[in-house]
Amino acid sequence: MFADAVLVARKDLTLELRSRVATNQILPLAILVLVVFAFALDANTTMLRIAGPGLYWVAVLFAGLLVVQRAFSIESADGIHDALRLSGLEPSAMFLGKLVSVGVQLLVLEAALLVGVILFFDVGISDIALIVSAAMTGTVAFAAAGVIYGVLSLGVRIRETLLPLLAVPVVAPVLLAATRAFEPAVGVTAASGWNWVALLVVVAAVYTALGLVSFGPLLEDG
Amino acid sequence: MDPVVELDQAVVLVGRFPALAGATLRVEAGERLLLRGPNGAGKTTLLRCCAGLVPVVDGRAAVLGVDLRSNRRAVRPHVGLLGHWTHLYDDLTVADNMRFWGRAAGASDGEIQAALGRVGVGRRLRRVQVQQLSAGQRRRVALAVLVARRPRLWLLDEPHAGLDAEGRDVVDELLVEASAAGATVLFASHELERAGSVATRSVSVVGGAASEIGIEEAGDVR
Amino acid sequence: MALTRPSLLPPRSTAAPTASVATRLLGGMSVVMIAVTVLLALAVTPADVVQGEAVRLMYAHLPTIWVAYGSFLVAAGASALYLWPRTRRRHWDRVAGATAEVGTVFTALCLVTGMLWGRITWGVYWQWDARLTTTLLLFVVYLGYLAVRRLPAEPVVRSRRSAITALIAVVNIVIVRYSVDWWNTLHQKASLTASDPEITGEMLGALLFAFVSFTVLASWLIVHRYRLIRMEELRDEEGLLRAIAERRAEAGLGVAG
Repeated sequence: MFADAVLVARKDLTLELRSRVATNQILPLAILVLVVFAFALDANTTMLRIAGPGLYWVAVLFAGLLVVQRAFSIESADGIHDALRLSGLEPSAMFLGKLVSVGVQLLVLEAALLVGVILFFDVGISDIALIVSAAMTGTVAFAAAGVIYGVLSLGVRIRETLLPLLAVPVVAPVLLAATRAFEPAVGVTAASGWNWVALLVVVAAVYTALGLVSFGPLLEDG
Repeated sequence: MDPVVELDQAVVLVGRFPALAGATLRVEAGERLLLRGPNGAGKTTLLRCCAGLVPVVDGRAAVLGVDLRSNRRAVRPHVGLLGHWTHLYDDLTVADNMRFWGRAAGASDGEIQAALGRVGVGRRLRRVQVQQLSAGQRRRVALAVLVARRPRLWLLDEPHAGLDAEGRDVVDELLVEASAAGATVLFASHELERAGSVATRSVSVVGGAASEIGIEEAGDVR
Repeated sequence: MALTRPSLLPPRSTAAPTASVATRLLGGMSVVMIAVTVLLALAVTPADVVQGEAVRLMYAHLPTIWVAYGSFLVAAGASALYLWPRTRRRHWDRVAGATAEVGTVFTALCLVTGMLWGRITWGVYWQWDARLTTTLLLFVVYLGYLAVRRLPAEPVVRSRRSAITALIAVVNIVIVRYSVDWWNTLHQKASLTASDPEITGEMLGALLFAFVSFTVLASWLIVHRYRLIRMEELRDEEGLLRAIAERRAEAGLGVAG
């Protein structure tokens, strides 16, 4: 089962390496989102520092949706859906593989965006452990929910709008928790961020479990 | 010996449309059966039905001893389907695709290399991205995936389409080799002359129903 | 799906209305009970000490959200039954669809009455407190569910995907409620809950009565919706049998034996 998951993850990441969609298209868009926010909020440094974590995670949401869309648009090409079902791969292994590949791409994007926020919003990081933990758990939670809805929308002609409609409300608490976890780490509040990381762990575990179980039935065409 | 394929008034829906409206068919092991019929007759659906990809809503359907109405997923690892589309990832190279689809089906590296060689895909071609290949070359790679799977039931939808003369000869040889090794072959084709020389028997598919109108010997097909 | 399985309801043609003795009874009861509720709310019960007459909106606002939550729980339960192989029947899929849709309507009603109430008491239509935020997200989540129910896909695919969506929705609501509550306790925002009216005596009685009458109303709507779904399925099955016959005629073959 893990071998199959590695196979799928490797295939997806190789594909990304060869097509470079995440790095050449999604990352610039996400950075643009941050820049546009700064403009719209009238680029006041104090406000940017306070709003930084929230804006960061909104940009991650935007990028994340695109990553998930891409992860499933490659599977909608001619005959691949059929071939995946025929392939002999365990559906839960496919879920895990997709989760890993979406997660890795997201983490790379998040790291780059974090650099952007530090530079452009003049944000200083005082607690690296908290940032990394929150980012990792938040990413797993986001990726799990995204992959579930991604496969649900597979083969549907309105996937581009259905996927965000389904995914965003589900991902909203993840954004909330991740933002709250970031705030102490950049000096915005004095409250503890680790409670929020705990919530993220729970959410990530729940959605991963849901995904392992439902990926198979959802992959079926009928 | 149990028949490899046994359909009795099987009904298969594609959306709301009854693509198969009561198909009856019986195929023994080692046969090379040709499916003839006009466009839209249901040949493709019949092949996909035997691959366990579509649900059978009425009638009886059993392939390789598996009841397709209750457990069609179980038959998938044992069949190989070559459809109209080539189910290859455009952004990956031939080698990447083969490694993914081959390993997913449990083939070893050696078997994968042998399959590529057998269909005539040269070493130089293996590093090329699939989107840069011609239609005929893609067909050959898809054929290689099928060969590497070593299925007990070969299902091919117009296997000669898009191939040059040499490619068509390769297909014919592969089909004969497969059935000689104990596998069963079911293929749909409009090229009756060439197909007739390979097939051991032919069946006409019209209006979503396969009926054995005349059991013809090889070479007797008009 | 066997094409000739008998229906669980009394056979009715697709041209017949979805009413019956039971629904007329339910409908009549709900009209009467809602009328009584309105009377209780507007005339019989006292105004609140703090909020004044505005509190009367509570008799619509609170029951609607309870009914919505109840409907969504039923929808989730029915979805689970539909997904579980041993209890899989189309009946559960229809129950899930009907209750979720009515639940969504009641959530919308709750949001509207809540906004009116907020406008009158606080002067603002909206506040980002735990209760309102959760309710809004609940509404959007089930809009997503309704979108999945209308997917242009085969009925079995649609049913299965909606069932899974309904279960995830319930899990999500629990998570959202928990995290938003947590956020609030940390920030100690002033919320509607802080100024909730004290509900005693006649107010409590009236509220409970309102709850029962809204439940009756919802049940009436759910039964009708269920039957509508059933009729849509019957119509599709008839169309399918016809299509099969036409297809076979194309081949010059007779009716399937």
